[in-house]
Amino acid sequence: MIEIENISKSFDDKQVLDNISGRFEQGRTNLIIGASGTGKTVLLKCIVGLIQPDEGNVYYNGRDFTHADRDMKTEIRREIGMLFQGGALFDSKNVEENVMFPLNILTDMSASDKLDRVNFCLARVGLENVNKKMPSEISGGMKKRVGIARAIVNNSQYLFCDEPNSGLDPQTAIMIDNLISEITKEYNITTVVVTHDMNSVMEIGEYVMFLHKGIKIWEGSNENISNAEAKELQDFIFANKLMRTAQTK
Amino acid sequence: MKSIGKYFIFLGSLFVNRESFKTYVRLIFDESILLGVNSIFIVAIVSTFMGAVTAVQSAYNLVSPLIEDYIIGTLVRDMTVLELAPTVIAIVFAGKVGSSISSGLGTMRITEQIDALEVMGINSASYLVLPKIISSVLMYPLLVILAMFLSIYGGYIAGTLTNILTEQEYIYGIRLDFNPFTIKFALIKSVVFGFLISSISAYKGFFTKGGALEVGIASTSAVTNSCIAILLADYLLAELLL
Repeated sequence: MIEIENISKSFDDKQVLDNISGRFEQGRTNLIIGASGTGKTVLLKCIVGLIQPDEGNVYYNGRDFTHADRDMKTEIRREIGMLFQGGALFDSKNVEENVMFPLNILTDMSASDKLDRVNFCLARVGLENVNKKMPSEISGGMKKRVGIARAIVNNSQYLFCDEPNSGLDPQTAIMIDNLISEITKEYNITTVVVTHDMNSVMEIGEYVMFLHKGIKIWEGSNENISNAEAKELQDFIFANKLMRTAQTK
Repeated sequence: MKSIGKYFIFLGSLFVNRESFKTYVRLIFDESILLGVNSIFIVAIVSTFMGAVTAVQSAYNLVSPLIEDYIIGTLVRDMTVLELAPTVIAIVFAGKVGSSISSGLGTMRITEQIDALEVMGINSASYLVLPKIISSVLMYPLLVILAMFLSIYGGYIAGTLTNILTEQEYIYGIRLDFNPFTIKFALIKSVVFGFLISSISAYKGFFTKGGALEVGIASTSAVTNSCIAILLADYLLAELLL
């Protein structure tokens, strides 16, 4: 479980996050949603420690991450897997080497065990016979799946996904969403997904936190999001014509 | 001043939270091929022509009958060993390797590959930069030794083929009053230059912000700053050691 407590962050004079608190439970797909530029990715980076918040704390199963010393931070980070928006695969390494990378650096496993684990993870995300392909030779959806395989290869306890289905066609996007949800349940991990895609919210949003201009406006589940009264959230959900029509009906 | 302070903090960060020794050995080997072995061709071309041109231009300037022809050999030796091989090749090295280090790290930064390393609990600066600096410090002196040989050989080829001087005169000239300290001085310079080129370029690339345009700017800035640092260090070392 991850708890965030009064997280605030400013860049120069611009307040990007204002006193955000929340709890991301284990075994549940937690979503941070909001329009572009509302601070979703900044919040995610504060949680994983890529950005130091001005105020507030992040707790990983009760361990204070924000104020932890270097060794404790490293220990917690080695339990984290992250899928970046563009995949962030290492250009100079092929698919197999990319997925094997955390095992090479962080474990003492034998070469054959590592290869077995890589093949297992690639099969789990539906990728087989692509081991030797370079990142430049695979599609956007495949890159995301390789990114997920790399994030889970080291038995991560926490999975973070930054816009996992941006730039993907609707079918592939839903497939990636479902894969994230399945992996969360299968390995009983804590998953936090940043997205602005309402399809993702309706598909996998067991806990949803809505941000607007750096402020947490609403939290709940996808089952009651459409009944939420907050105007900013209503505007966000029903921004497209299809959703407006569905609501009217 | 802020930038210089940040540069030294960056250098300090290379030595904390390091990975296993085995990891670095493999990375240093890979980087040595990329930075050193892959630079042999350009270094060989530049240094051979540098020696040849030095010989021909020295002959053109030495018109007095009081000056023996073998002095051309001595001039080529002293100019290449003391200055041209370590310093001019450093400028070439900064152009080739410095821009490559900077643009490579800059691209990794803007495509979140460096963030990916950090999230895994890996000290990205140490993992990515330290092997480059060590490889550069190890390989650049070897390139300078090669450049010294090829420059002197280039002078020999140009001098003898154009009948400026005979083989014997050239060989007598390059052996005349040889001071071994000049080699030591050139190698000290090459270690310093190798460190400056790789660390400055890595610093510029590592802290790139923005997109493709900024990667290009960082790369240009890396080469420019490396060249200035090389020339400054060249002067300081000459004042201190000669």
